[in-house]
Amino acid sequence: MQQLSYFELVGFGPNGWGWSLLTAAGMTIAVALCGFLAGSIVGTLVAWGKIGGNAIIRGLADGYTTVLRGIPDLLVIYLFYFGGSAALGAIGSLFGADGFIGVPAFATGAMAIGIVSGAYQAEVFRGAYQVVSRGEIEAARSVGMHRWLMFRRIIAPQVLRYAIPGLGNTWQLVLKESALISVTGLVELLRQSHIAAGSTRRPFDFYITAAVLYLLITWVSTYLFQRAETHSMRGMRRAS
Amino acid sequence: MDFAFMRDTFFTLIGGVPLTLNLAFTSVALGAVLAMLLALMRMSGVRALDWPAQAYVFVFRGTPLLVQIFLIYYGLGQFRPTLQAWGLWTFFREPYWCAVFALTLNTAAYASEIIRGGLQAVPYNQVEAARACGMSGFLLFRRIIFPIAVRQALPAYGSEIILMVKATSLASVITMMEVTGLAAKLISQTFRAVEVFVVAGLIYLILNFIITRIIMAIEWWLSPHLRRPPSVEPRLEAAHV
Amino acid sequence: MSNGVASLSSQPALAEGVPAVSVQNLRKSFGSLEVLKGVSLSAKEGDVISILGASGSGKSTMLRCINMLEVPDSGEIRIGGEAIGLKKGRRGMEPADQRQVDRIRSRVAMVFQSFNLWSHMTILENVIEAPVHVQKRPKAECIAEAEELLKKVGIVDKRNQYPSHLSGGQQQRAAIARALAMHPKVMLFDEPTSALDPELVGEVLRVMRSLAEEGRTMLVVTHEMGFARDVSNRVVFLHKGVVEEEGAPAEVFGAPKSERFKQFISSHR
Repeated sequence: MQQLSYFELVGFGPNGWGWSLLTAAGMTIAVALCGFLAGSIVGTLVAWGKIGGNAIIRGLADGYTTVLRGIPDLLVIYLFYFGGSAALGAIGSLFGADGFIGVPAFATGAMAIGIVSGAYQAEVFRGAYQVVSRGEIEAARSVGMHRWLMFRRIIAPQVLRYAIPGLGNTWQLVLKESALISVTGLVELLRQSHIAAGSTRRPFDFYITAAVLYLLITWVSTYLFQRAETHSMRGMRRAS
Repeated sequence: MDFAFMRDTFFTLIGGVPLTLNLAFTSVALGAVLAMLLALMRMSGVRALDWPAQAYVFVFRGTPLLVQIFLIYYGLGQFRPTLQAWGLWTFFREPYWCAVFALTLNTAAYASEIIRGGLQAVPYNQVEAARACGMSGFLLFRRIIFPIAVRQALPAYGSEIILMVKATSLASVITMMEVTGLAAKLISQTFRAVEVFVVAGLIYLILNFIITRIIMAIEWWLSPHLRRPPSVEPRLEAAHV
Repeated sequence: MSNGVASLSSQPALAEGVPAVSVQNLRKSFGSLEVLKGVSLSAKEGDVISILGASGSGKSTMLRCINMLEVPDSGEIRIGGEAIGLKKGRRGMEPADQRQVDRIRSRVAMVFQSFNLWSHMTILENVIEAPVHVQKRPKAECIAEAEELLKKVGIVDKRNQYPSHLSGGQQQRAAIARALAMHPKVMLFDEPTSALDPELVGEVLRVMRSLAEEGRTMLVVTHEMGFARDVSNRVVFLHKGVVEEEGAPAEVFGAPKSERFKQFISSHR
C-alpha cells in the first residue's frame, strides 16, 4: 500500500480522518463546556459557603478547594469512572446483573471536570466578590433591597465582570483537562487521535494535528474571553 | 469503610512515592534551566530570540500535557529508524525518559513566565544603584538582579512545583507505576474506587503539604528584609501590679 | 575624626590644574525634548558645587550623565582628566567601553534621592558589596572599613538590619556610607534630602557638611538653599538646559545677575 501524504491522512477524502477529528474536537468542546458549567454551579455554591457560611460550612468549603486543588485531576476522573461503575454495579447486582457496568463516559467526564474546576472557580468568584465595593452593597441595602434582589441586581453582575479573566484561565485549564477524559474511553480529540494513530501507524502526524486543534480552540477562546472582558469593562475607569 | 484494606492500600501506594517525587524533581530541576534560558530569550530585546521563546510558551501552555506526552512517547515512534540512527532511540524508548522529557518541556514554559515576572519586578532603582557602583553584565545579574528576582518569583514557583507533583500522575498513562499508576491498577483489580481514591488523595495532600512547608521555609529564610527587625534591646515589661 | 577613615579618604592627588570633573558642552535630548543644551562645568579637587534649578531644568540629568546613567548625545566628560569614550550605537550614543565606564563609576559615587539601597542585603552588606565585588578588595578589610564609615554616619548599630527596617534619614546615611566605601574621587548627590520628612533632613545634611569639611569633591543637586549658601564653595544655577548663573555663594546670592535666579531664590526662601 502506498504511504498516504500527511494531508490525505488528516484531510476529508476517502482515506482521510478529517471528519472524525473534527467531530472529536466538537466532543472535546462539548464535554469541556458541560464540565465548565457544572463547575460554575459548584463554584458559586462553594464561594457562597466561603463568604457567607457559618464556621462549619466555611471549613467544608475551604477543605473542598484545598483537597481538589491538591490532588491530581486524573485521580478524580478515575474515582468518577470506576466509582460510578462500582455504584451502578452494586445497584445492578440487586437486580441480578453481574460484573462490570460501564457508566456513560461523557457524564462522568463532565462531572469530574465540574468537581475539579468548581474548586478553581470558587476561588475566582470569591476573589471577584471581594473586589466589589462595600459601598455599593451598603447603597443597595440603604435603598431597601433585600438579599436576593441585591444578589441578582448588584452583586452577581459585578462579580461576573471581575471574574471574567479568572474564568478565562479556568476555561483553559478545563479544556486541557478534558484530554484526560480519554482514559475513560470517551472519543474526544485525544482518544480519536489515539485510535487513528493506532490504525494507521502514523502517531506523530495525528498527535501533532491534535495539538494544533487544541491550540486553535485555546486561541479562539482566549480571543472570545478578551472580547467579553472589554465588553464588560465598558464604563469602568482603567487603573493606570 | 474497610480500614484493613485501606492500610494495605496505603502501603502499596506509598511504594509509588519515590517515583512520583523523582519525576517531579527531575523535571522541575531540568525545566528551571530551560525556563531561565527562555526567560532571558524573551527579555533579550532581540526579536530572533524573543519570538521562538514566545511561540514555545504559547504552544506548551496551550496544549494538554497528555497530548505532549503522547506526542513524545508514541509520536516519535514514527521516526524510529532516524532516532535509532542518531542513537536517541534508547532514550525515547523508555517511558521514564519520555515522561521526564515531556514534563520538563511543559514546566519550562510555565516557569519561564514566572521567572520573567520575577525579573521584571526587580525595582529599577536598585539596578541603577548597582550600575552607579560600577557593576554591569554578569556581576550585576549575579549579585543584584537574580537574588531579588528569585525572592519575587518564589511563591509562584512554589505553586508550579505543586502543579508538577500533580502532573506526574499523567506518567501513569504511559505505564509508569507512580502513585496514580498504582492506584489505577489497584482500582481495576479491586473495584474499590472510593477507598483507593481516598488513600491516594491523602498521599498527594501530604506530599504537597510538606513541599509547601519547605518552600515557605525557604521564603522565610530568603526574606529577612521583609520580616520585623530584631528588637535591639529587650523591651522592659511593666511590672504586673 | 577617626584616623581609619581619614587615611582612606586621601586619594592620589591630581596633577596641578587637572579638574576632578570636567563637563564640556553637554547635550542630551529625550525624544524631541532637549533637556541639556550645551552645559559646561568644571570642579577642582575639593570643590563643593551646589547645582540649583527648578524641576525640569536638567540638573539631575546632568548629574546622571557624569556617571553615564544617562548617555549624553554630545559633549565631553572627563573624570580626573580621563575622557569617557562614547560611540554611536544603534539607539543613539552609547559608551565605547563598558569596562572603562564600570571603572570610572566605581570612583564616582552616587547618592540617590530615593536611597536605592539593595533591599535583600543588610546595611553592612550594602556597604561592602561594591568594594568586594567590583573593586575586588579583601572582604575583612572592607568590613572593618565599612564599620568605621557606619560609625561616622552614626548608624553602626544598624549594620545587621535591612534597609526596610530603617527610617529614611538612616537609609540615606547608609547610602552615603555605601558611596564612601568605594573611595570615590568625586561624590554626586542627586537631591539627597528631597524624599525625606522635614525632621530627617538635618541628620543627612550634617553628614554631608562633614564630608565637605574633609575636603571631598562633591557635586550636589539640591533644593536646600542653606546648604548651597553655607557649605558649598560654588553655586551653579541651571535653567532650561543651560547654565544661567554661576559663582561663589556670597556673590550669586548677594547680587544675582540673572532675573530668573532672583525669582528662584525668592521662591525658595
